[in-house]
Amino acid sequence: MKPVILVENLGKRYRIGLAPQRYRTLSENISQALSRPFRRAGAMIRRSVGRDVLQPGEEYIWALQDINFEVQHGQVLGIIGRNGAGKSTLLKILSRITEPTTGSVTIRGRVGSLLEVGTGFHPELTGRENIFLNGAILGMRNAEIERKFDEIVAFSEVEQFIDTPVKRYSSGMYLRLAFAVAAHLEPEILVVDEVLAVGDAEFQKKCLGKMGDVAREGRTVLFVSHNMSAVLRLTQESIVLEKGKLVLIAPSSEAVDYYLSAGNSKAGERIWDADEVPTDATPFRPIALRLRDQKGGVVDIIRSVEPFTVEMEYSLSAPLTGLRIGIYLSTARGEYVLTSFDTDDEHHFENHSSRPAGHYVSRCTIPADFLNSGRYTLGVNASSYRVRRYFMDEQVLSFNVNTSGAPGMQWAEPRPGVLRPRLEWKIEPK
Amino acid sequence: MAHAAIIKKEPNTIVIRPTKGWMALNLYDLWLYRELIYFMTWRDLKVRYKQTALGVSWAVIQPFMNMVVFSIFFGGLAHIQTDNGIPYPIFSFVALLPWTLFTNALNNASRSLVNHQNMITKIYFPKLVLPLASVLSGLVDFLIAFVVLIGIALYYNLTGQAHITITAALWTLIPFLLMTMMTALGIALWLSALYVQYRDVGYILPFLSDILKFVSPVVYSTTMIPAKWQMIYALNPMAGVINGFRWAILGTPTGPDTRLIISAVVALVILVSGMIYFRRMERTFADTI
Repeated sequence: MKPVILVENLGKRYRIGLAPQRYRTLSENISQALSRPFRRAGAMIRRSVGRDVLQPGEEYIWALQDINFEVQHGQVLGIIGRNGAGKSTLLKILSRITEPTTGSVTIRGRVGSLLEVGTGFHPELTGRENIFLNGAILGMRNAEIERKFDEIVAFSEVEQFIDTPVKRYSSGMYLRLAFAVAAHLEPEILVVDEVLAVGDAEFQKKCLGKMGDVAREGRTVLFVSHNMSAVLRLTQESIVLEKGKLVLIAPSSEAVDYYLSAGNSKAGERIWDADEVPTDATPFRPIALRLRDQKGGVVDIIRSVEPFTVEMEYSLSAPLTGLRIGIYLSTARGEYVLTSFDTDDEHHFENHSSRPAGHYVSRCTIPADFLNSGRYTLGVNASSYRVRRYFMDEQVLSFNVNTSGAPGMQWAEPRPGVLRPRLEWKIEPK
Repeated sequence: MAHAAIIKKEPNTIVIRPTKGWMALNLYDLWLYRELIYFMTWRDLKVRYKQTALGVSWAVIQPFMNMVVFSIFFGGLAHIQTDNGIPYPIFSFVALLPWTLFTNALNNASRSLVNHQNMITKIYFPKLVLPLASVLSGLVDFLIAFVVLIGIALYYNLTGQAHITITAALWTLIPFLLMTMMTALGIALWLSALYVQYRDVGYILPFLSDILKFVSPVVYSTTMIPAKWQMIYALNPMAGVINGFRWAILGTPTGPDTRLIISAVVALVILVSGMIYFRRMERTFADTI
């Protein structure tokens, strides 16, 4: 059987440093506009192949390069990669929003793309009106929307407010309604981006459930997410993108593992290069996150019977008040084990809430006899409560926990559960 | 099916690849998305006068206040002569009907792409839908203002200041209306596509409207233009439209002749060239907007 989606040598080039050129002055504009046909003609003669001619001094970046893969009918494919790896660009090409620079994509079937929920929603219109409008924008026929209207309203749980302008909705209601419309789209191929990254936990659960239904119905789904547990739950196979290149096509568990352990760092350590830090993080600048064992060595395998230290190194280019550095510890499937901040302790909270500019390390010791065996992921967060989040990465590095010597190891069976504490039992005759 | 980039090989199969050069207009694609055109027009209408105290009366106030101001300054102070001694207020109001439609359509349609950035970067659809819906939604305002025209005409007839009759020529208002929308859409296609790349267009629009207003016979009559300039003057399609409106409603001596053909041809050229340019630029909208 022919693949439903066939991607061949796909590439997308963007101009960088476009900003200063983009909004030119009026006189330049007009002279450019007038001379354009001539320059165009010249460029066409000079280069009969290729569509845009590189002008001197212009720099380009390949957001995607040499991408090849295929998707079979009924397959649910995950697309994972760090920010800027090219995931969104790939989805935009697949949903025909933007054109590729090289290569081609062959698609057999009707594509519905959900790069965002609620596109085209107008705050002044009522819920009912927005359902029809948004449905039309997503490519549904009027008759189709009418047929599914009740179902959409029921799913969104906003029946009471269906004739209220959506600007009066809470953000939760707004999202539920928007997702409800999108969820009732019935294309043969569904392309979904990070839609689940919004809303509260319950809403996310509902969305995931709906996505699972879609997948089970035998439709082809392409699913981009940062939520590894969602990827693992919904997809069998995933592709991993890194800096615009496809680095791995593998069963999802393997792909997720690869993604979590990849990065330009050795095992047990993640070092941020200056260009990897988003500019809006300033004045916060993450330097490194390290995992150290009892002896101080950087490791990525932890013995559960020994304590270990999580060490966050960072610098501040300006003094900050209320700063707290947090770690997230989660399982490889994406369930949180704990969240902890360096100023949780009252004493630290009083002494370290304002920090002058400088170079810092925040260390946290995770006690012995705490985690069960398995693979875990560490994330970091730097924020001032209710003021600003400077930096966040929920998947910085991952490590394994080895439970040899832990309580109960006399039995070789695996133990369910995230924790493996040494608990005190009393056994006495009664 | 949609992009020129997409070549139909077997049913339901699309091939996405980089496009080169000029693209086909693909009006069929627009037909496939007719419901979206309808919904976008409807949305424009629904939203336009939301949370305004005067609501839909704005459709009337705009041309009406213009008429009052013009009558005081151009009719009263400057003593601009109308054709056949028609009272200045109704003389200018008849011109203001298509003019208001034109200028609102031009403004809204030219800004439509930038105002819907979100849709353009998140959803695939023929982008032509946006300016087209903006132009269509102006029609309702036109019809409301037209009802007011009937009122004004009745007033002048009853007071004996003018004698406005219903003639068979009124049917020509439909092609004149079409010509107005074609011209507005044509210019807006050029400007909206340019606006995506150059925000300067936002500053050009207000005074472009003003300049066009004075090179169109809105406040004065075409008959004031010297004969040797008449053919050049007719290059402005709105001159043809306004002359036609005055001829059909007020019976002025500005009925269809060679000048109207010139105006119509120019309107068509603007529209077709606008569509071609728009299609050419469409593929980069999502990247540059």
